Amino acid sequence: MKITLQYIKYCISALALVALNQTVKAQTESDALMIPKNYFCAAGLYTHNSWNHYWEGTFRRENLNLGTVSSNVYALGGNYGLSNRINVLFMAPYVKTNVSAGTLRGQQGFQDISLAVKWMAVKEELGTGLLSLHAILSGSIPVGNYQADYLPLSIGMRSKNIALRGLLNYQVGRFFVAGAGQYMRRDNITIDRDAYYTTEMHYTNQVAMPNMTNFLFSTGYRSLKFNAEATLTHMNTIGGFDITKNNMPFPSNNMEATAVGGIFKYMFQNIQGLEFTAGGSWVLHGRNYGQNLGVFGGVYYVFSTKKDKSEK
Amino acid sequence: MKKNLLHILPVVFAAVSLLNSSCKKEIVERNTVFPALAPANQDLDADTWKPILTASSTFTVATPDAVTSPNYLADLNEIKSYQRNLTKEQNDIIAYWSAGSVLRWNEILRDLVAKHNLPPYQKDDGTYPAPSAANPLAYPLFPFANPPYAARAYAYVSAAQYDALVQAWKFKKQFNRPAPYKTDAAINALVPKSDLPAYPSEDAVVSGVTAKMMELLFPGDLDFIRQKAAEEKLYRIMAGANTRSDMDAGESLGRQVADVFLTRARSDKAGAAIGNKDIWDKLENDTKATGQIPWISLELPRRPPMLPLFTQVTPFLFTTQTVVSLRPKAPYSTSSPEFKKEADEVLQMSMNRSREHERIVAFWADGVGTVTPPGHWNYIAAEEFVKHKFSEVRWARNLALLNMAEMDAAIVCWDAKYAYFNPRPSQYMFDIKTLTGVPNFPSYTSGHSNFSGAAATILGYLIPERKNDFMAMAQEAAMSRLYGAIHYRSDCEVGLQTGIKVGEYAIALAKADGAN
Repeated sequence: MKITLQYIKYCISALALVALNQTVKAQTESDALMIPKNYFCAAGLYTHNSWNHYWEGTFRRENLNLGTVSSNVYALGGNYGLSNRINVLFMAPYVKTNVSAGTLRGQQGFQDISLAVKWMAVKEELGTGLLSLHAILSGSIPVGNYQADYLPLSIGMRSKNIALRGLLNYQVGRFFVAGAGQYMRRDNITIDRDAYYTTEMHYTNQVAMPNMTNFLFSTGYRSLKFNAEATLTHMNTIGGFDITKNNMPFPSNNMEATAVGGIFKYMFQNIQGLEFTAGGSWVLHGRNYGQNLGVFGGVYYVFSTKKDKSEK
Repeated sequence: MKKNLLHILPVVFAAVSLLNSSCKKEIVERNTVFPALAPANQDLDADTWKPILTASSTFTVATPDAVTSPNYLADLNEIKSYQRNLTKEQNDIIAYWSAGSVLRWNEILRDLVAKHNLPPYQKDDGTYPAPSAANPLAYPLFPFANPPYAARAYAYVSAAQYDALVQAWKFKKQFNRPAPYKTDAAINALVPKSDLPAYPSEDAVVSGVTAKMMELLFPGDLDFIRQKAAEEKLYRIMAGANTRSDMDAGESLGRQVADVFLTRARSDKAGAAIGNKDIWDKLENDTKATGQIPWISLELPRRPPMLPLFTQVTPFLFTTQTVVSLRPKAPYSTSSPEFKKEADEVLQMSMNRSREHERIVAFWADGVGTVTPPGHWNYIAAEEFVKHKFSEVRWARNLALLNMAEMDAAIVCWDAKYAYFNPRPSQYMFDIKTLTGVPNFPSYTSGHSNFSGAAATILGYLIPERKNDFMAMAQEAAMSRLYGAIHYRSDCEVGLQTGIKVGEYAIALAKADGAN
């Protein structure tokens, strides 16, 4: 039990990446930490996203008819240890969007439910540290019948996604460094219009969504009481088209963003299993993307689902 | 480590195949599956139909070489040499164009409208630059194909195509030269055969007239236009449907007909429709003087109203005097309880979160970066016409009727908008949030409603069995603007009725053009 204690402490780190489109990408599966068999971690998270500049193609601009575009995301999630090496995670966000100027009405509703299986495939001592390799298979499907083609105020993209991530983590003492790469396949979406223009007209209500890649580098400090982590992420669609000058964004745009972030977590010592987390991220550079500042805070509660065996 | 790999590899392999197996469904776009046009009736008498502008014009088409002449035999050999070795790409070109020349050029025009339907981005000083026809490729690109501009472009192109085809039918009858697949048994017909004489080519007439019209309407896209025209020319030759001389004669005739329409277009006052600061200020001050709240742009920076003098553009279906006589009665006074009541209803629509309303608003929005409402009615019409296997000349005639009605509906609608200069709901009541962008011109009456009323009326005449469907669609399009919280109910209802009146003028023309 002792060796896994640290892992219990670290349950979900949610980093919300929010685009022009307010897509929420809960990176619950993006860290190297596992919870042990029969443990469950329940999470409640709040994220606030806002931006007042965005990249129209590669042109960085503001839009006085939008002002500040913001969203509030309320998410519930969980992580269950099927075994010490296999965890199952889920998350369901409720999103509400708003603009501070102009006339456009914000949207609200349940977005996409995501499910992930995280497998610690390798755990080896290497030099003075511990090396682990993880494979994470995840998928998401829209819960509600929300409008995807209402950017930048739609609450999501409505595409069914399936993604595979590889994650390598190396920890020496309390310091770690991790790198991950993800490939995401995005299904076609259905919009309310029966024709639309990308770089030419399309007479259909189906939109082909470009697939995506996502890269993460993170490093930080983990103790039984406190974690601090710095992240650098880069997401990019493979294909898609640029928003033309003074045009509206569209779900199949070529979206790209590089963001830096920080994640902090505090584990209470006197209340077993209770944790607080907070953090944020800032888009340094993007394309057809909002220059988002996201801040989040949340609470986790970790407990064993099998009472008697817990502390043997 | 090795033991681990034995576990990892199969799992990774399974995961990767799962990713690949969830293959995306191929999207089949509706216009890619149109069949080759095989007209149910070639309308061989279309030479007697009444054209729009060219009833008394004279055009010249050279007498064709005899089918036994060396020039003609060389033309046939060209066809045969293409047909010996058609590539997949060449077969795709044949499949694309064989759906119909008028249809494909209507689609090309819609593409250009959508590409150009973008309001200019502001300058650093907060004013807006205007596109320049003299310098179409400098930002802002010329044109800004907003709904009135687009309606006019569709109308000129369709009307010119129709006239060009009526003229072509005259020469076809006069020269009566058959298609290559009839004069030489060794030539395959890669399109449905017809008894229509081939000289001059109807496809070349359409591409010739259209490409020439585009020099005025989309002068920055002539590379694309000419590439399409060249592709169509090649298509007819490769398909064994026309010789090169059929095509050259058709193109020449098309360009001559275009000149008649271009002369009209260059003096129809559309070029001055943008107005100037004095005119914009006068509209506001005149409205204030009547005690009404004047329209103010809701955009930031404030954008001048869209084409305030479009109302003076010369209509196709009636005179400028008729435009004024079609002007609807004044809207509710902005200080009246009725006006307040209508604004309250818009506020309710704004707060309503029914998904069905959102769907209707989005379906009919046809805003920035789209084919505009007249363009939407063009593809509704085109997808219907495909089912009826019209001849090229009937296709052109029907689209000309539709698009002249749309252009004149724009003129009549703009007349009311600038006669009354009525504020948008969000201007009057700032807590009204909209489900789509607020267009940058006065509220009364709704452009979508005018366009849809006019379109549904003429289409209901042309396709009587779908009359009720078209009118139901027009109703939905009109009400979408109320659901979207950008128009009052009376804007939509009165606009629809005015549009229907314009459509009736198109019906009157259709009844008298000899095509029935």
